[in-house]
Amino acid sequence: MTVPLSYYLVLSGIVFLTGVVGVLLRRNIIIILLSVELMLNATNINFVAFSQYFHDVAGQVFVFFALTVAAAEVAVGLAIIIALYRAKSAINIDEFQMLKW
Amino acid sequence: MEQVFFFYFAFVIAAAAVLVVVVRKPIYSALALLVMFFHVAGLYVTLHAEFLAAVQIIVYAGAILVLYLFVVMLLNLRQDDRYHRQWPTAAAVGMTLAIEAVILTVMKGWTAPVVATGTETTVGGISNTGAIGDVLYSTYLFPFEVASLILLVAMIGAIVLAKKDVGEREA
Repeated sequence: MTVPLSYYLVLSGIVFLTGVVGVLLRRNIIIILLSVELMLNATNINFVAFSQYFHDVAGQVFVFFALTVAAAEVAVGLAIIIALYRAKSAINIDEFQMLKW
Repeated sequence: MEQVFFFYFAFVIAAAAVLVVVVRKPIYSALALLVMFFHVAGLYVTLHAEFLAAVQIIVYAGAILVLYLFVVMLLNLRQDDRYHRQWPTAAAVGMTLAIEAVILTVMKGWTAPVVATGTETTVGGISNTGAIGDVLYSTYLFPFEVASLILLVAMIGAIVLAKKDVGEREA
């Protein structure tokens, strides 16, 4: 018995939705970044499922690129968090309103 | 049999994803994410993407998550409130998207459930890793170079941002 493609899409949708809610809901910047990782993984599941469905490795190559971008995002994001923590001794997003008009 | 594996992985992935968002302490969030990464790797194996499964564990679980744990422990956070003030907005957006997903699934889902058949990511006896390498270094050579440039920029950016007293000395 094989698994229908739609099951993978539903799983990916659930994980992506969880990530969106996490970004909107949590106040801790680290957990916001973790939620972004959730969303990236959801798209990767989609890519791999479609790659299997169409018998084409291009989807897996794009997961590879998404992974590169995720690594870059984590490096820069965590550096920004450390810089913010140095400036304010907090990583609550409520503390950072300097760019708000 | 495949479905048993899929439902196991899918259940753990969804549960771990919810835990990442719900749990109070960042360190538990990161550990829940670790569990999720391992199960996503397992899902990749069932999808015959063995190379990506290995890369998922090495890069995500090995490098990215260690970086997160390092920062969480470095910053030594105090306890603070869990949810943002704008949680009604978040709930509204989340509910809308969830309802939309359900509607789309119900409307489209009944027409011919497409089946992901076959074991043929491995074309003509080449392994999965070989197939990816073939495509990556020929068709996607330019994006590959751009990706390496992105990594270089990110590395320099991270060093510059996290370096101590860059602004203080100039100011």
